[in-house]
Amino acid sequence: MKRRKFDAAALPAKTAGALDDRFQAATPLRKLLNKVFPDHWSFLLGEIALFSFIVLLLTGVFLTFFFEPAMTEVVYDGSYAPLRGTPMSAAYASSLDLSFDVRGGLIMRQMHHWAALLFMASIVVHMLRVFFTGAFRKPRETNWIIGSLLFWVGFLAGFTGYSLPDDGLSGTGLRIASGIILSIPVIGSWVSSSIFGGEFPGTIIISRFFIAHVLLIPGLLVALISVHLGLVFKQKHTQWPGPGRTNENVVGERMFPRYALKQGGFFMVVFGVIALMGGLFQINPIWYFGPYEAWVVSAASQPDWYVMFLDGSTRLMPAWEISIPLGDGYVIPPLFWPTVVLPGILVGLSTMYPFLEARRLKDYKHHNLLQRPRDAPARTAVGAMAVSFYVVLTLSGGNDVIADKFHISLNAMTWAGRIGLLVVPPLAYYVAYRLCLGLQQHDREVLAHGVETGIIKRLPDGRFVEVHQPLTPTDGHDGHGPALDYVGWVVPKKMNRLGALGPAIRGFFYPIEKPAEAPVSPGHPPVEPRPEREEIGSGERR
Amino acid sequence: MTSDNDRRRGLLARLRGRPVARSRGRRRLGAAVRLAAALMLAGGAYTVFAPGVQAQDNPPLSAAANEGKALFDVSCVTCHGRNAQGVEGRGPSLIGVGSASVEFQVSSGRMPMARQEAQAMRKPPQFTDEQVRQLGQYIQELGGGPQVPQGNNLHENADMAAGGELFRINCSQCHAFGGGGGALSSGKYAPSLRPASDRQIYAAMLSGPQNMPVFGDNQITPEQKADIIAYIQETLKHDQDQGGFNLGRYGPSTEGLAIFLVGIVALVFTSLWIAGKS
Repeated sequence: MKRRKFDAAALPAKTAGALDDRFQAATPLRKLLNKVFPDHWSFLLGEIALFSFIVLLLTGVFLTFFFEPAMTEVVYDGSYAPLRGTPMSAAYASSLDLSFDVRGGLIMRQMHHWAALLFMASIVVHMLRVFFTGAFRKPRETNWIIGSLLFWVGFLAGFTGYSLPDDGLSGTGLRIASGIILSIPVIGSWVSSSIFGGEFPGTIIISRFFIAHVLLIPGLLVALISVHLGLVFKQKHTQWPGPGRTNENVVGERMFPRYALKQGGFFMVVFGVIALMGGLFQINPIWYFGPYEAWVVSAASQPDWYVMFLDGSTRLMPAWEISIPLGDGYVIPPLFWPTVVLPGILVGLSTMYPFLEARRLKDYKHHNLLQRPRDAPARTAVGAMAVSFYVVLTLSGGNDVIADKFHISLNAMTWAGRIGLLVVPPLAYYVAYRLCLGLQQHDREVLAHGVETGIIKRLPDGRFVEVHQPLTPTDGHDGHGPALDYVGWVVPKKMNRLGALGPAIRGFFYPIEKPAEAPVSPGHPPVEPRPEREEIGSGERR
Repeated sequence: MTSDNDRRRGLLARLRGRPVARSRGRRRLGAAVRLAAALMLAGGAYTVFAPGVQAQDNPPLSAAANEGKALFDVSCVTCHGRNAQGVEGRGPSLIGVGSASVEFQVSSGRMPMARQEAQAMRKPPQFTDEQVRQLGQYIQELGGGPQVPQGNNLHENADMAAGGELFRINCSQCHAFGGGGGALSSGKYAPSLRPASDRQIYAAMLSGPQNMPVFGDNQITPEQKADIIAYIQETLKHDQDQGGFNLGRYGPSTEGLAIFLVGIVALVFTSLWIAGKS
């Protein structure tokens, strides 16, 4: 029998061929692998959210193996001495066991929590990128709405998550949530008693939150994220304007291999940052808060940062109670406005913004090219207003900690928040608008007159003028070339951007630009030797 | 006064009972002598029974209290007055506050105060332990009040877990779950418990300094006080934070700050780096 020769080099091709015979995967896969993604650092912010969501799923699955979502009372007998012998709920006891008795449990819990904070933070940062560059415009309004919903669903995921350990802090949060629900006119008490299965806290809430947190909300998140990414694929990515980039094309790198490799690397970095934070920084030390009891409320009881703006709005709200003389009298508590009405308005405004802007500008065209924030001053200013509004509320949510640590009166902090909430956003609008106009003007000035060289020339009549380096060859009349049009992209404003210093040597550990004989990939043209440096002077020869 | 009036009347009655014929001059002399004797008797009796002027200074101070009084008259008298009775608008009366209060305020450097403000701040103490004891002794002997038990370790054999529960119920509202302190209204605050010694915590619970309520022995028994001190000293102060750097134990506020300052900043730089490699 003749022994068949095993050809290792042909194996991948043969396997792939065999697979394609059966599944006809080559054509769609080629299309997918050749898909082009534009390359700009700000396009990677959304990926942070995606990758931290993956970390959340991984660590979350680990936590479910050990967490017991029950409110049955047990007496703690684990290895954390200061709580031994204390009666507590099974949920809290199992969270403590997770932290102290399960190998690797504490770092998993901390990674899960940090990943949650990172998930929300990167959603917000990504959202700011999309907003300020106008990436939400037609045809991408749906994706903007899905993104906003992702924030609010993430908000719910976070809230149900940090309510699960049933420690003092999470119980305080639940109590506040039940108060907020109760403040809703007419339906409040019904909603509250159906969520809590009767009076707060009842005996069922942890089990209910658990199933919402590990099944319903993640399911919703996965669905929304899938649609979000699917739409990015279908509608293609936006890109910055620039050479060769139009409203109809996408310039960038192919999905495979470079983009996929970069994304794989980025995932590792995100995972690494979360793991480092989980290992180095303590988050939510539930063992200090003790089991939840209605009479235990610690100072500095704050929600996680993305909920803190609601805490802030509650702290700033004056105690205006509305009594309606109806029947025995009906009262709308002041809590209703900052915690139910305000987020309602925020959800409505944020999701509807693309349509509001299109309507105001009467702009119903497709936009695949981004706008620099300075080129849409009104939008940038509205964004600055929204951000400052949110920041004032968030800072007010932690105003007792700020007051204590910086030795400011808490009353002064509250009033500063109240006044700041009304004064700072319009101020931010005005400042942002003026900054945009100023930057626009400077761009136009550089295009018309050239870059400032820093060289001061004295004229025969004694005046001093600064020499400008025009961006185009001069035509000999007044030192100006033909006027350049602004194309919506970065205008060089420093001499070294024009080559005055020669190109900088690029590379992280060692120069990536080797002499010309160095091997180069076929996709890249060989690197030219560096041009001779020449001094750029005033243009006058002596 | 009434008693020696009675006695005088009795004496006169006895003298009237035995009438003896005497010369006019002798009778006059005898009357004068009797009057003088009666006056002296009345005066003497008054002096013996009535509280004298000097009686206020009378309870003799111990040696330590005398030393304390000397310190008091130099460092405390401006605000608390010559006899610790307090000065309107400056400082409260110290009568009845006891040595516990003195020990807490002076050993933690809060007294003498640097200036009048919402609340006295912890500072490096101005007096040695010995001087603090002397001042406390003086105030104690002056007006009485609560005292801290002897010894520097007040939490021996105490139950940390029970202390934790009591701490969360009674203390964490103001001093926060990690004992780091918290804000109160109008610039007042609950201070951090980290620098506090056993005796200072005990004294604070007994005397209720500044904005703190008094936790008397009938509210929190001395054993429970020891439990609370054990929890603060052994768990909150000496316990290493199991999860790593504790971010000041300020709760979710600093955690939110950290995710932006560390997580987001690191990853934005990473994305700049990755996008720069094209």
